[in-house]
Amino acid sequence: MDRMPRWADVLLVPLISLLLAAVISALVILAIGQNPWEALKIMVSGSVGSTYGWGYTLYYATNFMFTGLAVAVANHARLFNIGGEGQAVIGGLGVALIALYIPWPHWSLALLAAMVASAAFGAAWAAIPAVLQARRGSHIVITTIMFNFIAAALLNYLLVGPLKPAGTMETATASFPEATHIPSFRDMFSFGETILFRGTPANITFFIAILACLAVWLLIWKTRLGYEIRAFGFSEGAARYAGIGSTKIIMVTMLISGALAGMMAINNTLGEAERLILNAVEGAGFIGIAVALMGRSHPLGVFLAAILFGILYQGGSELGLTLAIPREMIVVIQALVIMFTGALDNMVRMPIERIFARRRARTPLSPPGPTLHPPGRVAPSSTPGTAATE
Amino acid sequence: MSLAPQVQTQSGSQGTPAIELRGISKAFGPVQANKDISIRVMPGTIHGIIGENGAGKSTLMSILYGFYHADSGEIFINGRRTLIPDSQAAIRAGIGMVFQHFKLVENFTVLENVVLGAEDGALLRPSLAKARAQLRQLAEEYELDVDPDARIEEIGVGFQQRVEILKALYRRADILILDEPTGVLTPPEADHLFRILRNLKAQGKTIVLITHKLREIMDITDTVSVMRRGEMTATVATRDTNPAQLAELMVGRKVLLRVDKTPAEPGAPVLEIDNLRVVDAKGVERLKGVSLAVRAGEILGIAGVAGNGQSELLEVLGGYMKGTGTVRVKGRPIDIAGHEDARDRRDAGIGHVPEDRQQAGLILDFAAWENIALGYHHRDAYGRGAMMDQAAMKADTADKMQRFDVRPPNPMLAAKNFSGGNQQKIVVAREIESGPDLLLIGQPTRGVDIGAIEFIHKQIVALRDQGKAILLVSVELDEILSLSDRIAVMFDGRIMGEKIAADTDANELGLLMAGITEGTA
Repeated sequence: MDRMPRWADVLLVPLISLLLAAVISALVILAIGQNPWEALKIMVSGSVGSTYGWGYTLYYATNFMFTGLAVAVANHARLFNIGGEGQAVIGGLGVALIALYIPWPHWSLALLAAMVASAAFGAAWAAIPAVLQARRGSHIVITTIMFNFIAAALLNYLLVGPLKPAGTMETATASFPEATHIPSFRDMFSFGETILFRGTPANITFFIAILACLAVWLLIWKTRLGYEIRAFGFSEGAARYAGIGSTKIIMVTMLISGALAGMMAINNTLGEAERLILNAVEGAGFIGIAVALMGRSHPLGVFLAAILFGILYQGGSELGLTLAIPREMIVVIQALVIMFTGALDNMVRMPIERIFARRRARTPLSPPGPTLHPPGRVAPSSTPGTAATE
Repeated sequence: MSLAPQVQTQSGSQGTPAIELRGISKAFGPVQANKDISIRVMPGTIHGIIGENGAGKSTLMSILYGFYHADSGEIFINGRRTLIPDSQAAIRAGIGMVFQHFKLVENFTVLENVVLGAEDGALLRPSLAKARAQLRQLAEEYELDVDPDARIEEIGVGFQQRVEILKALYRRADILILDEPTGVLTPPEADHLFRILRNLKAQGKTIVLITHKLREIMDITDTVSVMRRGEMTATVATRDTNPAQLAELMVGRKVLLRVDKTPAEPGAPVLEIDNLRVVDAKGVERLKGVSLAVRAGEILGIAGVAGNGQSELLEVLGGYMKGTGTVRVKGRPIDIAGHEDARDRRDAGIGHVPEDRQQAGLILDFAAWENIALGYHHRDAYGRGAMMDQAAMKADTADKMQRFDVRPPNPMLAAKNFSGGNQQKIVVAREIESGPDLLLIGQPTRGVDIGAIEFIHKQIVALRDQGKAILLVSVELDEILSLSDRIAVMFDGRIMGEKIAADTDANELGLLMAGITEGTA
């Protein structure tokens, strides 16, 4: 049998991790003399209490969905793509190039072109570490990290040099032409006098992200390629035996992963900034790792985790505006959530697995153990739904 | 013959047992590995413990050696109740253990390995000097000669095992537990080991021998205990029992120990190998010019001690290792040097049950229905275009599970949740049902229970009788002898000789397995 029921795996473990992060965050907020309950209320109302809050929350969530999916797809082939950050940066370059240098008659065409360009640029940036891994065995974690720096440096060079419009001091490209402006939530959901999502960056890319989740789900679980990716991820030996080539899988998986990370640029570059700026990715590539971990590399999990991190980001910045909480504290809270849901996942998972294992041990069999249970069968109906405690 | 446990009074039951276990139980999660086990091992005897894989033999011995803690029960050593929380305590109680997989430091000398962990002080020199003297004495006493200054990596497996025994004796073990000691030995090496064990017994040592080989039990033990599904089903004096009865006690029903088959009717050659050479990633030549042929309707068995090139032979033919030489299947040449693609081999009509089902044959985290397609997932039966047809895969799996008696017959269950025998049946079902002209099959019954062995052997013979060619690799000589029509013996990457199965025996093959041919003997 599997170690624990599926609901515990996908819901209970992340929830407990989140709770732990919340408790420690509360203690920290208490320690600096603020009221954690107030802080929580501000975070919740600031992120999901209004269309304004949602407008930001979903904007962040869109970024995290793309980078989370990128990490998730690579995870299925047991490749740890830490390079989402750099791939998204280069994806932005692709968006900027097509938006600036091709005159688009309509935003829809620009959007399609941006999808293709961001995916292609992101994939190309992931391709080099992929080749090095597949052909030379260079560890993909190291190379993708290094490529984040190279991407940042490259963008830096381009934005102070070739791509910077003459006469400006800003490290940014010129603004994209009007025709490339894709609909924001405000454009899409305001009707008549009622203006919703006023002043928020959420845009149509959110729906592209949802489509991407769906596409990844189809890819991983319904296609022959997805089967091969998962087979390779679970067992390289079995993949070899089955004639699934490692070079092919590493390359294809990393290209898809890089393309997804690159597509984040549709949201932040074409959708929000409407020009390419330095540091547009703002660490979303790294948040994607936590999102994929928390979402257990499943697109639905990634979707939900991305929304949660969107809430955290938006709620956190609201907190900075209202309470006398220093900006750094928000980073602490976000870091705690990432740490507990991502890095310390096993800390929560293992005890829970043990509880379930012990519970199962007591139900079907009759170990005459040294514990206080009377020997003999424990009625299977004795503990349904209640947490087992020893 | 009745199935009731026949617990008899043991030979020499008067006196204190060297080991007595009372009511030992141990559970791992839902699995009850040992259930209320009681056993008495008399001093100066060789006591066999036999049972199928997963019967709980190793768990029981690990409890005795302090690796696991029993959930309940007591251990008595020489009549004194003893707590064994760790292996140090076991050593203090005079228990030594020789594991199936040796625990030696490869680049240390024999002497250094013997002393390792039993140094007298911070300085090594006095310990080594003392050990050298003792080693000489032990070697004389028990026929355990090993060069104390040889490095472990330079000596053979048989010698490495002697080092393990020496390690235990150096630590003053009076009780020696050996876990499947002959698994890695050639028959002559096994004979030597048995001589050593008889010597040890004559000197008053107590020996517990864990094995699943009935022949060894009959050869060397005084008493035998049979385990089945975590329980001790019987303890009998060896002279009062026979292999058939022991097999029945192990499995819980009557089993056919030999394979029922008619003489082969070989047809045209299906597989022709000429001068096949393989160099592995480390640059070591693993196959040094192998030539052989397998004809339709025959089973060619490759006998040999593990590590003499059999695995590489299967991997080259299976398409995931490169080699040079010519290989033809049904007359068509196979490109073994150019690219290594297992998929092409399958399309050329080669089915392959790999030696290691857990690392290669199955993806343990995949459900049974996903594993049924492994290697064949590109075929039309399992989907259209880029998409897979999961309903078809599941239906196909249910069908194959039913015909190959896989239990439980649940396609949704992950492969890791099946027993070894049922995992193997899934692999065998997949490869046989793909309709190959040539079936490569490595260690078909390793870690498989007797009931499933019988079934798998029947399937292999049935495939042969359909006129297919079968290349069988096994380190179990009994399996090779009973299943093959012809036998080729491999040693050091070469075929040492080919014999007709009906005209040869374990002794003749054993010499070839050790690299001794008529010319050199």
